[in-house]
Amino acid sequence: MSQRPPVKDWATDFDHLDPAWVNDPFPIWHEMRTKCPIAHTDRFMGVYFPSRYADVRAVAYDTEHFSSRRVIVRETPPPRIPAPPITSDPPEHRPARMVLLPPFTPDAMKKLEPRARALANELIDKFIARGSADAAVEYAQEIPVRLIAHMLGLPESDGDLYRQWIKMILEDGITDVNIAVEAAGEMTHYFMGYVHDRAEKPGDDLISYLLNVRSNGQPLAPENVIGSLRLLLIAGIDTTWSGIGSCIWHLATHPDDRRRLVREPQLLPTAIEEFLRAYAPVTMAREVVKETQINGCTFKAGEMVLLSFPAANRDPEMFPDADKVIIDRKENRHAAFGLGIHRCVGSNLARMEMTVAVEELLKRIPEFSLAGKVTWSEGTVRGPRQLPIRF
Amino acid sequence: MANSSTLKVRVDRDKCQGHNRCKALAPELFELDEYGNAREKGDGVVPAGLEEKAYLAKSNCPEFAVEVIETKG
Repeated sequence: MSQRPPVKDWATDFDHLDPAWVNDPFPIWHEMRTKCPIAHTDRFMGVYFPSRYADVRAVAYDTEHFSSRRVIVRETPPPRIPAPPITSDPPEHRPARMVLLPPFTPDAMKKLEPRARALANELIDKFIARGSADAAVEYAQEIPVRLIAHMLGLPESDGDLYRQWIKMILEDGITDVNIAVEAAGEMTHYFMGYVHDRAEKPGDDLISYLLNVRSNGQPLAPENVIGSLRLLLIAGIDTTWSGIGSCIWHLATHPDDRRRLVREPQLLPTAIEEFLRAYAPVTMAREVVKETQINGCTFKAGEMVLLSFPAANRDPEMFPDADKVIIDRKENRHAAFGLGIHRCVGSNLARMEMTVAVEELLKRIPEFSLAGKVTWSEGTVRGPRQLPIRF
Repeated sequence: MANSSTLKVRVDRDKCQGHNRCKALAPELFELDEYGNAREKGDGVVPAGLEEKAYLAKSNCPEFAVEVIETKG
């Protein structure tokens, strides 16, 4: 964790890399909502933090004043790392997004489900006899990395490489953008080899799909193919790793919920939605490109906005008992996958992976508890990075 | 007639962003296009017994794109 000057006041000097925020941001967001719903900090060259659902929603819907060309808050100015469509605004956004949607429909994910289930069980096989495991390292992180590699047609064994790039871009790159740029360059180089290979010998994978797909009758520009691959790899891994990890953390610390899910497995899809709400992993960002006002607060052009779907999901004005995890919550319009035109393309994949991961774990290991110190990731994606359990 | 009101569901296609919550919760009432965006099945009329699912789909749509319309006969 980086050494940061202590936060003087959460409303005017917040720091989302502060250890208090990283370990338990929920009381901080609660305080913001009651005292100063749109907080600001001069750190990171100026960032706003809307903590209420309504304000997060307003920013997400307003693509005129809030651009996606920068979706990560960093301490240093761009170079930007394009990864369309997540870094695109209208009108370029729509065509870039349309090409990515068909491979991620629920039906497409159904076909992947047997692979996910087999993978979950292979992982459990490796630690079940031991009576303990790091559920973040040995289980949660392995499922998405291998599945997205499988979808892209990349070697599942390169997982360590992908995780290293992701850490460089999403964590280390926040305070030193050169690290992020270096990782992006390495990724481009890595992908080029596979792109050339699939151009000659197309297969049944997403790289081949992106090379063959037409947008308005035209093939994708090579830099858009690479950009989309970069996005899929980055967005498809530590987000769902975090989501699965948070589910397991909750079930390890709330035995009543865990036992109820073992007894009533049909409740699982509803419970997963509640875990997505309560522990939404992803915080996006926007760049203010035109000055505007929301809820009486002026957003100055050139500054950034942390778009915290996790904070929106804990707003009691939108969700009764917002800080309570209610695994059979009926009404749940949570924003874990974003709101508006940038809704997560991989949401169906993430849901399938989380459901399968929790379901298979509970089938094989219905009783487990925490066995040591849990650490949480910092920055754009929140989830357990060490999650020792015993059973 | 004792009860002549009909219930219809409708997806506002301009608001739908393809979260797929309606389809997951009420597959009898909603279907998806090749991009994963939702629309009501047929004329959207909710058959008897599926009223609760219609309201469940509505109250779980993050984009407020699902409407349940009640018409008195």
